[in-house]
Amino acid sequence: MRGYSFPALVGRALRGHRGWPKAWRSAEPERSYDVIVIGAGGHGLATAYYLAKNHGITNVAVLEKGWLGGGNTGRNTQVTRSNYFWPQSAAFFERSLKLYENLSRELNFNVMLSQRGILTLAHSHHEMEALRRWTNAIRINGIDSEVMTPSEIGKLVPLLNLDARFPVHGGFIQRRGGISRHDAVAWGYARAANALGVSIVQQCEVTGFDIADGRVAGVTTSRGSIAAEKVCICVAGHTSVLAAKAGFRVPITSMALQAMVSEPIKPCLDTVVLSPAIHAYVSQSDRGELVLGGGADGYNSYAQRGGIPLLEENLAALIELFPAFSRLRLMRQWAGIVDITPDTTPIMGLTPVKNLYLSGGWGTGGYKAIPAGGETMAHTVAHDAPHPLIADFGLDRFESGALIDEGAASGVAH
Amino acid sequence: MLRIPCPYCGERDEAEFRYGGEVPGSIPQTDVGDQAWADYLFARDNPKGLVHERWCHSHGCGQWFNVVRDTVTHRIHAVYGAGEAPPVVDCSNESQADGGR
Repeated sequence: MRGYSFPALVGRALRGHRGWPKAWRSAEPERSYDVIVIGAGGHGLATAYYLAKNHGITNVAVLEKGWLGGGNTGRNTQVTRSNYFWPQSAAFFERSLKLYENLSRELNFNVMLSQRGILTLAHSHHEMEALRRWTNAIRINGIDSEVMTPSEIGKLVPLLNLDARFPVHGGFIQRRGGISRHDAVAWGYARAANALGVSIVQQCEVTGFDIADGRVAGVTTSRGSIAAEKVCICVAGHTSVLAAKAGFRVPITSMALQAMVSEPIKPCLDTVVLSPAIHAYVSQSDRGELVLGGGADGYNSYAQRGGIPLLEENLAALIELFPAFSRLRLMRQWAGIVDITPDTTPIMGLTPVKNLYLSGGWGTGGYKAIPAGGETMAHTVAHDAPHPLIADFGLDRFESGALIDEGAASGVAH
Repeated sequence: MLRIPCPYCGERDEAEFRYGGEVPGSIPQTDVGDQAWADYLFARDNPKGLVHERWCHSHGCGQWFNVVRDTVTHRIHAVYGAGEAPPVVDCSNESQADGGR
């Protein structure tokens, strides 16, 4: 892999940007691998990368039914933050944010992390009290978080209508939170993993598992059978579908989560603003588009499109908060299928099938977890035992009752 | 926008309804162990294709009923009353025809 650097950029620019090598090589499937990772999204690619880098396991294939980063990795709203309530979640997501902070250097690929802060609003006295408690919990977990008064918020976000239908009573901000470029995260991990020997196979859908005596021995795909010692499922919204093929059920409901972008405008919003109560959040991308989102459609869905009623609800709330945005046109609207667990905490670790591992249940917030998710799953696959950071995220918590009811997972209320 | 045929009021917009999730299996006995209870309480079929689910016409007649819907196309194949046996639905649904994508 030739490194990206300022001298390389200048050199190529002088030659008309001709001859840049491909960032990563698309491979044909082979007969067998040490490890197969299903899903070439952020989590799958990161898992493969850390398997190669931290554990020396390089005979790895990442199988993708569509194209690299074309599922939820390319459909989310790019928010990175670690303002979680429970200690287990906080430790995990803070590890992820710390990895994000060094990710461009780690991968030699600019993921364009912008720590512009994420501001959560409260619209009533009672909600403000709940946010204070949430802020304190975050600080006790050793993570930055500050309560803000309405006048401080007004200075930070001048376009915000503090006297909206539900007036802003205050809020809290995690200044290290922000956004990054989601495609770059997928491409950067793909390039770095590929350079360490990982094969990335696109247009190769896993149709079943080869399981004997309760142990996985490979997968069947749309392009033939492939043997593997270990298999890791990282498929976002389709976790239930693949779990069913492996013969077990998971506590997951798949729903459509939509997002949309406006036409590009001049810089006007330099933080991420989120309101749990009215179900909306917004940030401005580097291209100038406003990136808008809200809650998930309220029923099971595998259709990668959102319903109009929820879109209207999200936008109505947003325009009330930002009246200046009311004349903007939407450029695109889309949806990703998110797999939501009963406690909104992911399901990571071992499965009832030996040597088959699961990273799923990411719900509406998997993007921010990509680096730590990959790092901990690689450890879990390599050692056949959960990484300490995800020891409490296993499927067995639904039997023991030790749920991690993380209301902060989605940022907006469910 | 889903248009849901309430068996009591006729077809209405989804905004009038509240979703109740998949129709669960039968309640297990109290002494069957944690695994069976976890399966009943938390595990879901979450099918890609036909799902049997509960809806309540909360802003209409207030009645609960069951719907057979395709989770890929969102087409509603059948509606039946709470406590009734599900009707047999032709399984040659569209999600197979378009490759399940």
